[in-house]
Amino acid sequence: MTDLAAPRTGVTAGQGLDAHLVVDRGGFRLDVRLRAASGDVVALLGPNGAGKTTALRALAGLVPQAGGHLRLDGTSLDRTPPQSRPVGVVFQDYLLFPHLTALDNVAFGPRCRGASRAAARALAAEWLARLGLTDHAGAKPRHLSGGQAQRVALARALATHPRLLLLDEPLAALDARTRLEVRAQLRRHLADFEAVAVLVTHDPLDAMVLADRLVVVEDGRVVQEGTPADIARRPRTDYIARLVGLNLYRGEADGHTVRLDAGPALTTTEDLSGPVFVAFPPSAVTLHRERPAGSSARNLWRCEVAGLETHGDQIRADLTGELPLAADLTTAAAADLGLHPGAPVWAAVKATQTHAYPA
Amino acid sequence: MTAPRPSTAVGAPTGGPRRGRVRAPGRGVPLPLLVPALAGLAFLLLPLLALLLRTPWRSLPDQLTSAEVWQALRLSLVSATAATAVSLVLGVPLAWLLARVDFPGRGLLRALVTLPLVLPPVVGGVALLLALGRNGVAGRWLDDWFGVTLPFTTAGVVVAEAFVAMPFLVISVEGTLRAADPRYEEAATTLGASRFTAFRRVTLPLIAPGVAAGAVLAWARALGEFGATITFAGNFPGRTQTMPLAVYLALQNDPAAAIALSLVLLAVSISVLAGLRDRWMTTR
Repeated sequence: MTDLAAPRTGVTAGQGLDAHLVVDRGGFRLDVRLRAASGDVVALLGPNGAGKTTALRALAGLVPQAGGHLRLDGTSLDRTPPQSRPVGVVFQDYLLFPHLTALDNVAFGPRCRGASRAAARALAAEWLARLGLTDHAGAKPRHLSGGQAQRVALARALATHPRLLLLDEPLAALDARTRLEVRAQLRRHLADFEAVAVLVTHDPLDAMVLADRLVVVEDGRVVQEGTPADIARRPRTDYIARLVGLNLYRGEADGHTVRLDAGPALTTTEDLSGPVFVAFPPSAVTLHRERPAGSSARNLWRCEVAGLETHGDQIRADLTGELPLAADLTTAAAADLGLHPGAPVWAAVKATQTHAYPA
Repeated sequence: MTAPRPSTAVGAPTGGPRRGRVRAPGRGVPLPLLVPALAGLAFLLLPLLALLLRTPWRSLPDQLTSAEVWQALRLSLVSATAATAVSLVLGVPLAWLLARVDFPGRGLLRALVTLPLVLPPVVGGVALLLALGRNGVAGRWLDDWFGVTLPFTTAGVVVAEAFVAMPFLVISVEGTLRAADPRYEEAATTLGASRFTAFRRVTLPLIAPGVAAGAVLAWARALGEFGATITFAGNFPGRTQTMPLAVYLALQNDPAAAIALSLVLLAVSISVLAGLRDRWMTTR
């Protein structure tokens, strides 16, 4: 994952994607800026209803833009109808044409773009071979497994040589086991793809594995963008903090002390001033039945257990009180503490386990 | 997509103990529903039974091989098929327009298109005469410019039948189009297909079962068409006298012939129904 963390340098003039997408849909307004260089894989990450898919459809020309602009490799696509855009789309449930074989599905694009029947089929066979699907060329979509259908859809989108590849929740339709395998394959294919790829997902793992850069969209607007490592370390909204599993607070820093908007003060190792975010993982929180005497932790709050749930082999405790937070502890520790909803506890976090950064 | 569903009888218990007599208390069919239901069934089936009971089976071969019957039957089959073809060529695009294109007044237009479904066919025939008759609104120009006259010709039969039958096709195809996922057309568009190509290569194959069902319905309706045909095209043996007209005429002077002709139409209807059931009615 470290190679993904390396920041990509900006878009060179004329190459790649430069978009400002504005779409009005009865009460919902999407206003998103997207820039990406050739070879970049950008993930639009966000909760359901954030407008990710609408952004993708605007890029493909399937919904009219109310404003903004869309340039691909220096050419404006604002007035280009969808069938003339150099854009390939992998739809969420693939939308393979059920009456055509895998081969004819892939040959459909080249055929529409003027290739002869024989040439289109030869090209399609080539793409199917590249994706390891030669044995399934004659199969109708209903006889393909989820993973195979996904690859046929990818081959169909790539067969028109798009300069912009769009993938809408490419792994959402797959079961957990297939998903692991297909995710790895897709990552390889996207790495080979020389133009811009934009994928939409609500799964942070998919986004972080597949993309070089994440653009987090909430309520039709971009709330944060950066490398996966940056976003995982420094979330800026509650939604992202929940996704990456961090406790996140906003506050006003003065040296090593941050006065949190939520109430109490918190000691950090960073020396900052002005508005900041403070984040720490639930595993950094220790819980105590009695106020720990002589503890080195300066960050100590009186809380109450609001809820408990198993989280892998751990127990996650939702706490309310002075500072609402999530804490992870082992099942044994939870039993020792006699935790139950309503139980009072002391929660402590070492300053070295927190991370503060300017808001 | 069109594979017939396995017969439902497969899953039914055949050899096991009978449990038909044992009923949960209060779960029987109430008499106020059962009696009218059985009466309704008898009402629908008795006339058909009567037709079979009174058929002069002995003279039937002679009746059916008579030149008049064959003439009428051939004319009926040819004109109903032609009317279905006309309905397909004009009706499928019309259904697409109503299902896929958003324009003001679409609801009103849909209602107008289906009007011939509920309009008495005789009224349809009168309307056709006023529109396409020799002195009709449009018929005058057809006559003047192309020397084409439709009333009282075989072409007129086709026009009358298509007028009455096409709404069945439009309704059926439009319903199938609405049920079909329009995103397939979008997928085709992103692959470089124009809207027409997307329709021809993706949508049409997807809705083929609906189109076929609509065509069969339209064909059956055209085959039985009486009122609009006799009003607009008249009743000339060999030219405009279709089977239903022949049946009606025969009933006046040769009831045995009328029964024989009716039997032929009944056989055609039953085979159409059987075809519909196996191929299309069970797949959606």
